[in-house]
Amino acid sequence: MKRPELLPGTLDMLILKTLKRAPLHGYGIAQSIKRISDDVLTVEEGSLYPALQRLLLQGWVKAEWKMTETNRRARFYTLTAAGRKQLGVEVTQFEQMIAAIGRVLGEA
Amino acid sequence: MNPFNYIARKLRILFRRDRFRADLDEEMAFHREQVERELIAEGMPPASARIAAARQFGNTTQLREESQAMIAFPWETIAQDVKFALRQLRQKPGFALTAVFILAIGMGVSVAIFAFVDAAVIQPLPYFEPNRLMDVAENGSMLHRSNLSREDYEDWKRLNHSFTSIDVYGGSGYLLRTPSGSEPVPAARVSDGFFRTLGVIPMLGRDFRPGEDHPGGAKIIMLTYGTWMKRFGSRSDVVGQSVTLDGTAYTIVGVLPREFEFAPRANAEFFVPLLDKNECEQRRSCHNLFGIGRLRDGVTIKAALDEMTAIAAQLAIQYPGSNKGQGAVVEPLSEIIVGPVKPIMLTLLAASGLLLLIAAVNVASLLLVRSESRRREIAVRGALGATPARISRQFVTEALLLGMLGCASGILVADGTMRGLTNLIPKATASFMPFLWRVGFHWHAAMYSVCIALVATVLLAATPILRLSFLDVRDALSDGNRSVAGRFWRRMGANLVVAELSIAVILLVGAGLLSKSFYRLLHVDVGFDGAHLATVQMVAPPDSYAKPEQQVALFREVSRRLSSLPGVESVGITTDLPVQCNCNTDWIRVVGKPFHGEHNEVNERDVSPGYLPTLKARLVRGRLFTEDDDASKSNKIVINEEFAKKYFPGEDPIGKQVGNGNLDPKSMREIIGVVGNVREGGLDDELWPTEYEALYQSPGKFVSIAVRTTGSEGAILPTLVKAVHELDPNLGTYGESTMAEQINTTQSALIHRTAMWLVDGFAVIALVLAVVGLYGVVAYSVGQRTREIGVRMALGAQRSSVYSMVMRQASWLTVAGVAIGVACAIGAAMLGSKLLFGVAAWDLPTLAAVSVVLGAASLAASFLPAHRAASVNPVEALRTE
Repeated sequence: MKRPELLPGTLDMLILKTLKRAPLHGYGIAQSIKRISDDVLTVEEGSLYPALQRLLLQGWVKAEWKMTETNRRARFYTLTAAGRKQLGVEVTQFEQMIAAIGRVLGEA
Repeated sequence: MNPFNYIARKLRILFRRDRFRADLDEEMAFHREQVERELIAEGMPPASARIAAARQFGNTTQLREESQAMIAFPWETIAQDVKFALRQLRQKPGFALTAVFILAIGMGVSVAIFAFVDAAVIQPLPYFEPNRLMDVAENGSMLHRSNLSREDYEDWKRLNHSFTSIDVYGGSGYLLRTPSGSEPVPAARVSDGFFRTLGVIPMLGRDFRPGEDHPGGAKIIMLTYGTWMKRFGSRSDVVGQSVTLDGTAYTIVGVLPREFEFAPRANAEFFVPLLDKNECEQRRSCHNLFGIGRLRDGVTIKAALDEMTAIAAQLAIQYPGSNKGQGAVVEPLSEIIVGPVKPIMLTLLAASGLLLLIAAVNVASLLLVRSESRRREIAVRGALGATPARISRQFVTEALLLGMLGCASGILVADGTMRGLTNLIPKATASFMPFLWRVGFHWHAAMYSVCIALVATVLLAATPILRLSFLDVRDALSDGNRSVAGRFWRRMGANLVVAELSIAVILLVGAGLLSKSFYRLLHVDVGFDGAHLATVQMVAPPDSYAKPEQQVALFREVSRRLSSLPGVESVGITTDLPVQCNCNTDWIRVVGKPFHGEHNEVNERDVSPGYLPTLKARLVRGRLFTEDDDASKSNKIVINEEFAKKYFPGEDPIGKQVGNGNLDPKSMREIIGVVGNVREGGLDDELWPTEYEALYQSPGKFVSIAVRTTGSEGAILPTLVKAVHELDPNLGTYGESTMAEQINTTQSALIHRTAMWLVDGFAVIALVLAVVGLYGVVAYSVGQRTREIGVRMALGAQRSSVYSMVMRQASWLTVAGVAIGVACAIGAAMLGSKLLFGVAAWDLPTLAAVSVVLGAASLAASFLPAHRAASVNPVEALRTE
């Protein structure tokens, strides 16, 4: 069963948005995206972790080790103020893109 | 996004890399566990859940690497590549050493030759703003560039506006009084502003002041650094001391700096101002000086030339007798100094470049062989996820490493080669090549080394990468597909070998042509018998031999004494030995022929009666000089055939009269004989008309003595010198050598000989490399085809057919290489035709000889593998893996 691939460049935005709601660990982020999109969007682990490193380097998220509910040690990622701002920028850009594509498709 | 924070974060992670890796591992383990748990919750058995989770998670190593790549600096993977490449080289020391050795030779020789070319041709002259310094000379109908006369120089200096200064220099020699007697030393006479024009400042004492070169001026002198060290012990109190030259006391006013060199008078030990006009300088028509001038700012060379030509034309109208037809020459001084050696330098540079190319190609084919044996490793890497770009980068790193190691060792080789070559040049010649002490590993040579290292690296990296593009992963991993890949390899390896063979052919043809040129040069017909001739130069001190009668008496006595020595057949004295230059000329006018003031230039030699017979010159008509032809008789001359041909075509010149332009009674002389052409000019100069005057009728103070011996001419030299000093210990002698040595050390002989030796050396190395390369290709190909050969033999093929199969492959390569090489060689020879003497660029015997030599060498090289192929045991071959 082939799932539709994630639009390139949107992974960062989705991660940031997911983290806006609450801090999560890597697995939690993947699960959240999968659940909220009704199983349409699946984040490959192979893309998730490099993306998280990238976000860390840019200073848009920060990470710390905490205990989960099940008393396991996991690394939790939190959105920073800069990340919040970046999220706004990326969402705006994305919406502009979608509107433009919609206009093109809307033309008969 | 703040770039500083970005870098700062990267750096922070850099220093805690292990911690980062551990964290990531733990994080991924946690993630995997969660997936596992989820699958178990969905009902999958725990074991399969774990496998499924792992599979879903993917390649952890790749994941880790990608995450790491996110945070890594780009140069980290390069460091990884370098470490791997070093390990590879350490594992295969034989290959590494061979490759580095070959590269070192190629690069080392190339850099060494470049250093010479740099010092001689590329580096600017060691003067102030050297590109504004011009050579200023006159020109006449027969000589494009000829000396200035002193009176012309003074007028040119006064009348010109193009130069801030014009100064002159001329050669001379003096008898220096030493504690042990008199020693002739070469020196230079210069005008007062000479060093100022060059921009040279004495390091001790002072320069000549304006006006100090006028006749009657104080007798002052400047020492060169070398003379100061050699004769005055580097004492700092030499200024003000006096030296005796030609019996006169000169005061030392300054010492020139160490770096000072002036190539046209390179061996001068002293510099003296012009001072009194000598016999030649009293006549405007006698030319003995050369000029240098510093162009004024904003004046172009053409403008200066035009002005000087106009001034010369003005003087020609004012003084038609002496200056008619004389023009001016203005050229950059560097051209005069560098011009004679440029052709050979550039040729050597090209030849060393070819040697480098062949070395690089050789190493490239070695790398190719190695990349064959690494095919499986590359395939596995590809399967593990390495991109072609990543693998190519590995090859580039290895090539770069080899290139740098080769370059580093090449620099050592270059240093040794430079020292060796400099020491090989004979001392006498080295004194005429002042640029030699500037040869060394300097800035230009360093940049050149880096450039050729990069070029070599590109070549070395390109071969395996190009090879890689034809690679199929599956093919490489399976065992049985040898011959398919072998075909690809053979194509690339074969091309490389053909290239090597072509280059070797070019160098061999070049070596052959240069050797033939040198042989032809040395065997040019000189017009006299050069065997068993000993020569020595003699200088008569002016105080005891000022009057012509004294000089004549001296010459008669010298001839008598030397003839009576045992082993001496005959003795002759002349003003200039043969095979030197077309110089010391005279302008003549033939009585009875039309004359319009033109300058008929002929070589003038004043000779004793014994000279022409000593040389064994051929008498064609009339008679030679006798002991009676002295000042008491009317002036007589003997002319050479060229003179007779040019000025008396079809008639008998005996008895005809010749004089100077105005037919002054004192200058009239009668032709008494015609001799065969003795080559007075250099080996590759043209033959000029020459007149021989009787030495006893026009003597001088500087002469050369030629002695024909019955036995060894070299052994008699000390006896000759001793005999001269027994006659008068104040007589100066120098330059004693055999005629053969004299000819061998002329400039053209030296240039041709050096070119020949060096290119011969390159050609031999190239031949060895090319033949070894061919051997390698054929041997490897045979190794690849062992199974195929086994099958053929099992099916009934004869041994001879195996031989022919292998040799045929080698012959194709050889034929292709030789054909391409010959074509390129002819082209190259045409480019370098200035160095060839008496040999055409398409000289068939040379081309044929080179083809035969290379063909024979290739056959021999391929014979061994062919033999091995033919002795293959079919059963073993079929079992070969």
